[in-house]
Order: sequence, then structure tokens, then C-alpha cells
Amino acid sequence: MEKERQILVIFPHPDDEAFGVSGTLALHIQKGTPVTYACLTLGEMGRNLGNPPFATRESLPHIRKVELQNAANSIGIQDLRMLGYRDKTVEFEDPEKLADHMGEIIADVNPSLIITFYPGYSVHPDHDATGAAVVKAVGRLAPEKRPKLHCVAFSKNSLDELGAPDIVNDVTAVSDQKIATIQAHASQTQLMIQNMAEKLKANDPDMIAWVNNERFWTYKF
Amino acid sequence: MELVIVEEVQKELNRLANQDVYIHLETTNGAYATHNDESFFSSGAFIRNALVKYEIGQIKGNGPYRIGLKLNIGWVYAEGITHFEVDDQNRLLMAGHDYQGKLAVAFQISPTPFE
Repeated sequence: MEKERQILVIFPHPDDEAFGVSGTLALHIQKGTPVTYACLTLGEMGRNLGNPPFATRESLPHIRKVELQNAANSIGIQDLRMLGYRDKTVEFEDPEKLADHMGEIIADVNPSLIITFYPGYSVHPDHDATGAAVVKAVGRLAPEKRPKLHCVAFSKNSLDELGAPDIVNDVTAVSDQKIATIQAHASQTQLMIQNMAEKLKANDPDMIAWVNNERFWTYKF
Repeated sequence: MELVIVEEVQKELNRLANQDVYIHLETTNGAYATHNDESFFSSGAFIRNALVKYEIGQIKGNGPYRIGLKLNIGWVYAEGITHFEVDDQNRLLMAGHDYQGKLAVAFQISPTPFE
């Protein structure tokens, strides 16, 4: 993994960072690279409210805000920015204004590497809209001024259409930190983490590979 | 949230009748429904802070429950309601959780706008 000067991560939901990139971020932070995480929403529309429910539609964002802060702490992220958009509405924002906002953050943070979702290959409409806004903002910069752009993709057609990811990071060395990050989003991950822990304990090769490898596609303009 | 107690929900629906109230109404299968099962037809609707006044609100059914509000010029209803709570801002929060506990429908009535 190349050492970066400054990383900017832009995702729409608390917990988006946990599954696909928290290991990579932890490794970069170990090397001394500062990381800024801009999270667009507080996941207000999450369907997991506990069983029996411990949260309501109205209390969920307050709970997820604390979970997001805890997750950032587990990774070691110092600069966490919550942008105040609403879950499931990102795609309905004015696309130019959203790209403007992303551009302002990029100008302010001045990253050498940006991590976001690959537009069109990230399943959730908020993911695709966030990725598209970031791509638009970076695309507005002169080619020589553009930071590297690494995208996460997980739609069923991503391998067929994008090819194999050009970056696969082995994050085994920080897997405890990664699992702690996933656990920090307890309201959303409580159910799945049990299943994960059981499979890891049983040395399930698919689960081990899924946790320990983080995959990115470099966006090419 | 606790399981619906019909008499209590009815009392709250009566309390909020005949005044300006703000409605949050949402149905959802989650954004990953079709990703997880391609044969699943995903649908849902969401409205937040619709300002209405209803003349009568009723809870019906044997559970999960149906809630209907008759407006001067229309209707609002939801089905699949299993849980309710009156929160510290006197808002009537109602929700339907599916068999895994996931939210399937939310129907909330408040005298003040939702944030």
C-alpha cells in the first residue's frame, strides 16, 4: 500500500465505512496518514431498530450519530464531518449543488486520495448519488490537480462490467480494529455480527476473505 | 416502543384530532431488497411533515393494526402497525416491525414539525 499524504473518505451512511474500508483506513492511519471522513447522512431511515425495538424513527439518528463517532474512534479518524443530508434523499438533491458541496470539502481537505462509492455499481441510491457527486467534483479539476479516486463497488454486475478491482488491500493485521468498527454500529450490525463471529470462529474461508480483503476500483476519467 | 395497546392509541388519536398536526408516513422494504432477491418487487413511499387536520382517527383490526385518519378533504391510513410510543414531545409514534424486527411502516403524528 502506497503511503498517502492525506485521505478523504466520502460516504452517505454511518456504517458504510465499516465493511469495505475501515481496515484500509486503519492501516493508513498506522502509517501516519491523516484521514477525514465526510458522512452525508445519519442513516435516519435505517430499518434496524432492535428486536424488540429499542429505537424509534425519531431517536435513531441520535443513536447512529454516537455510533458513528465511536466507529471513527475505533479506526483512529480524527476529523469526522457530518454533512446534514437525509438518508434516502441524496439522489433527489440538486446534482450541481451536491457536486459543489463535495468540491468545497475536497478543496478544504486537499487529499492525495479520495475514497467513495463507484457511481452506478453501489446498489443503494444514496451510494450511487454520493459517488456521482464526488466524481463530478473531481472531474471539474484540471487533470494534473486531481487526487487519486478509489471507488468501492458491490453491485452484482460490478465484476462483469468494471473488471477485477485493481486494488485489493489485505487488512488481516488490523482485523480486530475492523470488527470493533463494525460492532460500533450496534443498532445496525447487532444481528449480522453474531453470524460473522460464528463463521470466523469456524474458519469459514469466504467470511475470512470478505473481512480481510478490501477491494477498490481506481476511477478513470 | 411497546406493543400496541388499542385503547391507549385510540386515546392519543382522539387527543390529536381537530388541530393542525404534522404527519410522517413511510413504508419500506429496505434499499437492498432487490439486491438480495432479484425476484422481489421493491416499493415504498415516504412523506415527512405533511400538515393536516383530521376530524376522526381510528385504530382497527386485531393486530397488526390499521390506523386511518379522515381529513376534511381526504384520507391518510397505514396498515401493519405493531408498536407505539408517545415521546417526550407528545408525538404519537407508531411503527410496524416485521418478523425479524425490521421496520416496515412508520406512521407518526405530531403537533409540531418533525426535525
